[in-house]
Amino acid sequence: MNELVKQQWLIPFLPLVAAAVQALLPRTARKLSAGICLTAMGASCVLALRAFVGTLGHHEAERAVWNFVWFDYGTTRLELGFILDPMTAAMALMVAFVGFWIFVNATGYMSDDENFTRFFCFLSLFAAAMLGLVVANNLLMLFMCWELVGLCSYLLIGFWHFKPSAAAAMKKAFITTRIGDVGFFLGILLLSWQAGTLNLYDGGNGALEQAGALAGIPGWFGWSMATTIAMLLFIGAMGKSAQFPLHVWLPDAMEGPTPVSALIHAATMVAAGVFMVGRMFALFAADTSGLALNIVMWVGCFTALFSATIAVAQFDIKRVLAYSTCSQLGFMMMALGAGGLAPGQFHLLTHAFFKALLFLGSGCVIIGTHHEQDMRKMGGLRKYMPVTFGCYLIGMLALAGVPPFAGFWSKDEVLLVAFQRNKLAWGLATFAAFLTAFYMTRQMFMVFAGKWRGHHEPHEVPWNMWLPIAVLSVFAVGLGFFGAQYGHYLGAHGEDPHGKWIVMGLSVAVGAAGILLGWIVYGRRTMEHADEPDPLAVKLGALFTCLNRKWYVDEFYDATIIRATMLLGELWRAFDKLVIDGILHGIAWMAWGVSQVVRWVGDEFFINGGFDAGCESVRLSGREFAKFQAGRIQGYLRILCLGTVILLVIWYLK
Amino acid sequence: MSVPLGYYLILGGVLFAIGLCGALTRKNAIAVLMSIEIMFNAAILNFVVFWYYLHNGALTGQMFALFAIAVAAAESAVGLALVISVYRHYKSVDVNEMRSLKG
Repeated sequence: MNELVKQQWLIPFLPLVAAAVQALLPRTARKLSAGICLTAMGASCVLALRAFVGTLGHHEAERAVWNFVWFDYGTTRLELGFILDPMTAAMALMVAFVGFWIFVNATGYMSDDENFTRFFCFLSLFAAAMLGLVVANNLLMLFMCWELVGLCSYLLIGFWHFKPSAAAAMKKAFITTRIGDVGFFLGILLLSWQAGTLNLYDGGNGALEQAGALAGIPGWFGWSMATTIAMLLFIGAMGKSAQFPLHVWLPDAMEGPTPVSALIHAATMVAAGVFMVGRMFALFAADTSGLALNIVMWVGCFTALFSATIAVAQFDIKRVLAYSTCSQLGFMMMALGAGGLAPGQFHLLTHAFFKALLFLGSGCVIIGTHHEQDMRKMGGLRKYMPVTFGCYLIGMLALAGVPPFAGFWSKDEVLLVAFQRNKLAWGLATFAAFLTAFYMTRQMFMVFAGKWRGHHEPHEVPWNMWLPIAVLSVFAVGLGFFGAQYGHYLGAHGEDPHGKWIVMGLSVAVGAAGILLGWIVYGRRTMEHADEPDPLAVKLGALFTCLNRKWYVDEFYDATIIRATMLLGELWRAFDKLVIDGILHGIAWMAWGVSQVVRWVGDEFFINGGFDAGCESVRLSGREFAKFQAGRIQGYLRILCLGTVILLVIWYLK
Repeated sequence: MSVPLGYYLILGGVLFAIGLCGALTRKNAIAVLMSIEIMFNAAILNFVVFWYYLHNGALTGQMFALFAIAVAAAESAVGLALVISVYRHYKSVDVNEMRSLKG
C-alpha cells in the first residue's frame, strides 16, 4: 500500500492530460478525441482497480498517505498529499468505472453535436478533478478539485449555452454552490488556523487526528471548535450535494446534456459533498454532544422527504430523476448523521451505479424519442426500446428498494442506522422511501407503458448507448450483496442487529406499497393523450400544483433573497452614482478647472507665446539673411571684400 | 638700385585693385577670369620683389613665383573649361545669369 499510494497521483493525472490534449484538438477530430478520453479513463480505471485490490488484503481499515511540500511562504508550509484507504479506493474505482461507461454512452449521445471535442475535453477535466478530490489527503487540494468540479459542472450545464434556460441554469448552479463554498472555505481557514495543518492524516499530526483535541476548544455560538468547523464544512457539502435549502440548482442543472447529468449531477460530483462529510467524519463525530451529526442527519432527512414529494409531481423525465437524486443524497447525509459512515458511503456507491444507469437510460429515451423530455408525450416505449426498457426497469427497481437489487440493501442499511439513532427520522425516511417507489413506478408507467403519445415513431438507440446501461445494470443488481463486506472493509465493527428485521420488513412493505399505489393510479389505466390531466392531479388538486411548482422554493427565493439582493444592488448603485460618482466628478471638474487656468495662463500665454515669438524672429532673420544669398557670385565676392576691408581697418586702428 | 621697394608694392597693390575691380564688376565670365589672373600677377610680383629686396641670394621667392605661375595656368585652364560648360548650359557667359544658388 505504501508503494501504491505514491502512484495515486496518476489516477487524476491521466484524464487531466487527456483534457489538455483535447483542448488543442481541432473540432473535426471527433474519433481521436473520444479515443484519447476513453483510453485515459480506462487507464485510470485500471489504476484505481489496482489500488482497490491493494487495499483488499488487509483485515483492518488501513491507510497509507504520501504528503509532500508544495511551497513555503514565510514560516507557513503548504503541503499537498495523496491518500489510499478503503473509502478512497472504493470511491475512486466507482468514479473511474462509472465515468468510463458514461463516456462511452456520451459518444453516442453527443454524436451529432458539432462541439464534440469541447464536450469531451470538459468531461475529461471533470473526471480529473473528481478523481483528484477523491485521492486528496489534504483539504486544500480537496478544495481546489472541489472548485474545479464546480467549474466543469458550470461549463457542462451550460454546454448548450445558446439556450437561455441553460445559460440561466449554469449561473444558478455556480452561484448556489458558491454560497455553500463560502462556508466550506471558512471552515478550511478555521481548521488551518486551529489545527495548524490541512493534511487530513499525517502520522498523528493531521487535522483529523487532532479532532479530539479540537472538540475540547470552544468555538463559535457556544459550540466546540470541532463542531464549528464541521458545520462550516457541512455548508459546503450542502451546496455541492444539493441539500435543502441549497438544493435548487440541481434540478435546473438538467439543462446540460444527459451524460453530464448522469456523471456529474447524479453519480459523482453531487456525491462529493457526501464523500467529504464521510472523509471528515472524525471531525463531525468528535464532539460527544453529537450536535454536528444531528444537524447533518436532520438536514439529510428533511431533504430526502422534501425532494421525494416534489419528484412525485414532475413531468420532465430528467427532473424526476434530479429530485430523486436530491432525495437519495439526503438519505446518505442522514445515514452519515446517524453515525453510519459505512451505510452512507455504501449507499453513495450503489446509488452512483443505478442513478447513472437511470440517467443514461433517460438519455437513451430522449435520443430514441427525438429529443422529447416530457413524460406525457411518451408512452409505450417498451415495445420500441426493449433493451433500454429492461435496463431502466432494473434501475427503477434498485432505486425503489425492491430486493434483491442494490438499492434495497444499501437503503436498508441507511434506514437501520436511522432507526437506531432516531425513530422520527427513520419514520420520515421510510415515508420518503415509499414516495420513491411511487414516483419511479409513475415514471415507468408514463414512459414505457400504454401507447405512444408523441409524434415521430421512437427507435432503439445504437449499441454504444445501450451497452453502458447494460453494464451498469449488472452492478445495480449485484452490488448490494457486498454491503456487509463493505462495512467490514471500511473498518466498521460489526453491525448492530437491533431492529434489523422490523426495518427490513417495513422497507420492503413500503416499497411494495409504493409500487402498488403507482400501479393503481397510473398502471390500471394509462394515459391516452399527451394533454390529458395527470390522474394524481385530479385527486390532489392544489397540492399537486404546489408539488409541481416545487413547493414554490424558487419563487420564495426570487421574492426574498434575490429581490433583496437586487434592491441592495439598486441601493448601492444609487449610492455609487450619487455619492461616489459625485465625488469623482467633483474632483474631475476641479482638475478640469485648474487645467483650464494652467492652459490659458501657462501654456497659451507663456509657453506658446514665447515659442511663437522665437519662431517669428528666426523666420524674420532668415528672410533678411536670405536676401544676401542672391546666387550671384560677384555679390558674395563683394561682401567678402567689404569684410576684409573692415577687418583691415579694425586691425589698423587697433 | 634706383627704384625703391615701395614703388613695386604700390604697383602690385594697383594691379591687385584693378584685378579686383574687374572681378567684381565685369559681366563676362571670361573677363572675370582674366581679372583674377591680374590679381595673381600682383601677388607674384610681390613675391619676386620681396625676394629681391629682402632675401636676395636664396631661391625661395623665385621658386614660389614659378609655382604660382604654374598653378595660375592650371587654374585658368580649369576656369575656362568651367566657362565653356557653363556656356553650353546657359547659352551665355553672363555671370549675372548664373544664379541658381539663390537662397
